[in-house]
Amino acid sequence: MILIQGKGVSKGVANGPIYFFQRTGTTITDAPAADIEAEKARIAAAQEKSAQQLNALADKARAEAGDETAILFETHAMFVEDDDYVECMMTALEERHCTAEKAVELAGEEFAAMLAAMDDAYMQARAADIKDVTRRILNNLMGVAEGGIDSDVPVILAADDLAPSETLQLDKSKILGFITQGGSGNSHTAILARTMGIPAVCGLGEALKAEYGSRQVYIDGETGQVAVEPDEITLASFLSKQEEQQKMKELMETMKGQKDVTLDGREMMVYCNIGSPEDVAAVLSNDGQGIGLFRSEFLYLAASDYPSEEEQFQAYKNVAAAMGGKRVVIRTLDIGADKQVDYFQMHKEENPALGVRAIRICLNRPEVFRTQLRALYRASAYGKVAIMFPMITSVWEVKECKRACQKVMAELDKEGIPYRQDTEIGIMIETPASVLVAEELAKEVDFFSVGTNDLTQYTLACDRQANDLGKFFDPHHPAVLRALKMATDAAHKAGIWIGICGELGADLTLLETFLAIGIDELSVSPTSVLPLRAEIRKSIAKTCTLEKLEC
Amino acid sequence: MKEFTYTITDPLGIHARPAGLLAKTAKAYGDTVVTVTKDDTTVKASQLMKLMSLGVKQGNEITVTAEGPAEEEAAAAMKKFFEENL
Repeated sequence: MILIQGKGVSKGVANGPIYFFQRTGTTITDAPAADIEAEKARIAAAQEKSAQQLNALADKARAEAGDETAILFETHAMFVEDDDYVECMMTALEERHCTAEKAVELAGEEFAAMLAAMDDAYMQARAADIKDVTRRILNNLMGVAEGGIDSDVPVILAADDLAPSETLQLDKSKILGFITQGGSGNSHTAILARTMGIPAVCGLGEALKAEYGSRQVYIDGETGQVAVEPDEITLASFLSKQEEQQKMKELMETMKGQKDVTLDGREMMVYCNIGSPEDVAAVLSNDGQGIGLFRSEFLYLAASDYPSEEEQFQAYKNVAAAMGGKRVVIRTLDIGADKQVDYFQMHKEENPALGVRAIRICLNRPEVFRTQLRALYRASAYGKVAIMFPMITSVWEVKECKRACQKVMAELDKEGIPYRQDTEIGIMIETPASVLVAEELAKEVDFFSVGTNDLTQYTLACDRQANDLGKFFDPHHPAVLRALKMATDAAHKAGIWIGICGELGADLTLLETFLAIGIDELSVSPTSVLPLRAEIRKSIAKTCTLEKLEC
Repeated sequence: MKEFTYTITDPLGIHARPAGLLAKTAKAYGDTVVTVTKDDTTVKASQLMKLMSLGVKQGNEITVTAEGPAEEEAAAAMKKFFEENL
């Protein structure tokens, strides 16, 4: 048995074989190939497989996301089969006597360079498509699985840490839990795990070794314990915990259909945070009252080019419609900082958390913003959509956002496209600046939602991605809780509602504090809804105190 | 041989998606060779990447030719495609 201690970031116990996430970029050597004809045949096979995959993706996209995405995949399939591109590979094989991998890599570089050299920003950005296609052919050549997991049975996924775009591509049906060397409770792996309701342990460091691959492991996402091939005693403790977990699950089932109300009648809106339309199923099955945070980044992170209005509209509409008349708060583009997207061609920043991110990108690039707002307003006709702007620091930013909304509404009026004029507009409270001017901000909007991860990071000057800040990164810090109270007082003074959509919302030890502060809404991972409901129904709002705000 | 000229009206020019569709349309005519010429550069319409590398933008005039057994139909289909998409 090998015992490793990490940090539990998503509760639960799971067991399965360890599988190391496969990242592309395996080194390709310049070694000569033995048989050129054989290499040619390998390229042809990989090419055919790639085209098949892309056409299958196109069919899937056509059924789920609409024509535009489908056409993108079809175009990629045509790149794969492009005569010149293939000829370039074959020529490389013959001239250099290299391996199929090297030939594909060379052809990809040549064509990407050809586009990158063009005097046209759009075509330059297409170089990324060529790279994407080249990577696919290489994956097929080298037998690297799509979605990073080449296993027939579900696994405990191990990695150094996962990037947002990588978490999106994972085949989630094959993951029982996560173990990572780096990362923290706020990393994207942790957030994904909580959304999926599966355990995750991070910060395992060097103790998590690649040689453990395919060995049986038990992980506990609460205690952070990871046991590779546990002995009998350890196994027994894991099994009893797993049993307990199952019982708890059954207990939680009884919470479905119940109201989120305290014993003394204070109602709380318990909503869900989601990262893609697929997550709506989890919201419904956990009986969330609405969606308090729909992160729109998935559309941008998963794409190789700016998602079109139609593509976005379909995604927002599907979620709004699936939720019936329940509120769906959609946050506009929040990239930058730790979420980078190639085609935005952002300048490299020394300190991206304090750089051009989120609303700053939108206000700098009106055309990107306009596309998203049009899609959001169009979707508003199909449910109860609310629009939320992230990273607000000033009143002028909100005014500018509202002007952009007015403009879009006027356009839709002119085009005779339906939308809801009373679509709520809200902002994220996640900077100290927004707390300090909350009274003025509250007069401009319909609601506030507090992003506690960023609010903690900016208030305490602690990088949320760093995993060695430990005790200094404390979301329970009285400064953070007092900021929460200031924002709440300002919201209520203006007669608007305020929620929390950060991870802190699901922290049951703070529920009494939230009730005392007067928070109206808590938006949490779908799997946290029922435990939170159980706790709310046991609470008495009147007796809750603000003692945690004291130093 | 059939030939026509066309001035691009699409603000993005022949970008990836229409280029893909264009190449697909051209390929459907098998032995009939369809070419697209901008300034002095001629490429086969079925050569997707070369077609994109022409860098055809809004306002550019291009010449399209079709030669082979189905040149009539191919030229007509290409003309229709440009008018509808570009």
